[in-house]
Amino acid sequence: MLKVKDISIRYGPCEVLRNISFVLDDGEVIGLLGPNGAGKTTLIKALNGAKPASFGTVELDEIPLASFSRREIAKRIAVVAQENETKFPVTVVEFVLSGRFASGSAFGWESTEDIEFAVKALEQCDLANFGDRLMNELSGGERQRVVLARSIATDAKILLLDEPTANLDLAHQAMMFRLVRRRCREAENSAVVITHDLNLAAEFADKIVLLKQGTIFAAGPPAEVLTESNIREVFGVTALLDKHPASGNVRVTAVY
Amino acid sequence: MLLGSESVSIFEMTVQGRAILFDIRLPRILLGACVGASLAVAGAALQALLRNPLAEPYLLGVSNGAALGTLVAFVFLDGYGFARPLLAFAGAGIATFAVYQMAKSRTGMNVERLVLSGVIVTTFLSSIIVLLTSLLDAARLRGYTFWLLGDLSQATYDGFYMTLAAATIGTIVLSSQARALNLMMVGERDAFDFGVEVGRVRMIVFGMASLLVGTAVAASGSVGYVGLIVPHLVRLAIGSDNRLVVPMSAIVGAIFVVLADTVARTAIAPRELPVGAITALIGAPLFIYLLRRAN
Repeated sequence: MLKVKDISIRYGPCEVLRNISFVLDDGEVIGLLGPNGAGKTTLIKALNGAKPASFGTVELDEIPLASFSRREIAKRIAVVAQENETKFPVTVVEFVLSGRFASGSAFGWESTEDIEFAVKALEQCDLANFGDRLMNELSGGERQRVVLARSIATDAKILLLDEPTANLDLAHQAMMFRLVRRRCREAENSAVVITHDLNLAAEFADKIVLLKQGTIFAAGPPAEVLTESNIREVFGVTALLDKHPASGNVRVTAVY
Repeated sequence: MLLGSESVSIFEMTVQGRAILFDIRLPRILLGACVGASLAVAGAALQALLRNPLAEPYLLGVSNGAALGTLVAFVFLDGYGFARPLLAFAGAGIATFAVYQMAKSRTGMNVERLVLSGVIVTTFLSSIIVLLTSLLDAARLRGYTFWLLGDLSQATYDGFYMTLAAATIGTIVLSSQARALNLMMVGERDAFDFGVEVGRVRMIVFGMASLLVGTAVAASGSVGYVGLIVPHLVRLAIGSDNRLVVPMSAIVGAIFVVLADTVARTAIAPRELPVGAITALIGAPLFIYLLRRAN
């Protein structure tokens, strides 16, 4: 469980986040929405201590994040950050195994358990035959799935995903969200997902946190947060709302 | 070992031949091996840390920092045996830190910025080195110029022991950080997220690279491009996993410098070339090739 208690974050004189409070319960998926520059990525960084809060605290299982070591945090919280590239010829399986750093000894080789986690993560991300491919020869979408697989392979209870679907085709977007969803339902894991796709968030998130200019504008179940007036206030867009014909969840259609 | 300006036969060993073999050539070969291992390991680790296959102690100005340190010891503290490697270590450390500070920016560190920072530091240190060498008398100056280009001809057993100790410590310590470096070479943010104490690993790598380069330069001058050529060859052969790349670079680096020095000793015998001239002859074109490929 991750408890965010009234945090504010400053970059120099400007306040990027102001008085943010919410709770990520076990088994829960939170969709983090908001326009560009609302502070979504900064908030994700605050959740694993990459950007310490200027005020307020983040608690992991009731203990302040600051009192964990890097390695202890990494065992419990895995991040899928926006893309990264390497100039070295790293293979997919090496890349995914590197995510097991926090679980193993700093020196030495991966255990069979590490390899099992990596292989399973690759399968789950539809990358079963990609193990020996080189990272810098993959397409953007394939690389993004490898980055997800590396985080899944850590077996961390909490996943923080920063626009994980940006380069993915429709089928792999659905795969990614189903995978995150299932992990959370079955194993009491939880996730915070940044996305710009309001409908994907409505389908897969238990709760939505809607950011506007560094503060929480609204938070709660998708149907309560994704209202016509909230969308107009935050995104400046007129939207039509109805129900998804298959799932019955709220569906947003922007009017251009 | 039998090759060189004076050919020695193992079958008819004279007293003179024995002296050439064991007092001159053997320490030279042993020192060359340790210097090669040190420079190659330092290069491999710096490349992973800085996420840049072009990072190299000589090109980053680290070797020049060590050379300046050695020269200061040579000019002002001649006679203190440990002053040379110690000041070389300090010089390498300061140069490393300076390049790092110049090259990093808010948006990260790109290839060009790092290479340019290295050039700036190198030329700045070179000008101080020239200033100091003008204080030397002519006889010492020639020896120093040769040494500056990377020269193993002054090899002694003392120098060998010193570089052997540094190469062993450096290779072991940097190998112990190889798993962290595997994450660092993809991205610092990634490494942090996955549990690496980024600042600590950076200090260890800078410290060990300075130790390796400092002792190597104090013993043999700035043998350039070893740290570029060797890790590149190793990665071509066995991939990018630093747990293999770091120790393998030590072995290949040792072999590479001994071979290069054999060429340096025999190519225009009875005259000799500095080994640094041979390594630069191979390294500079490789650098251009890698730079073009990086863009």
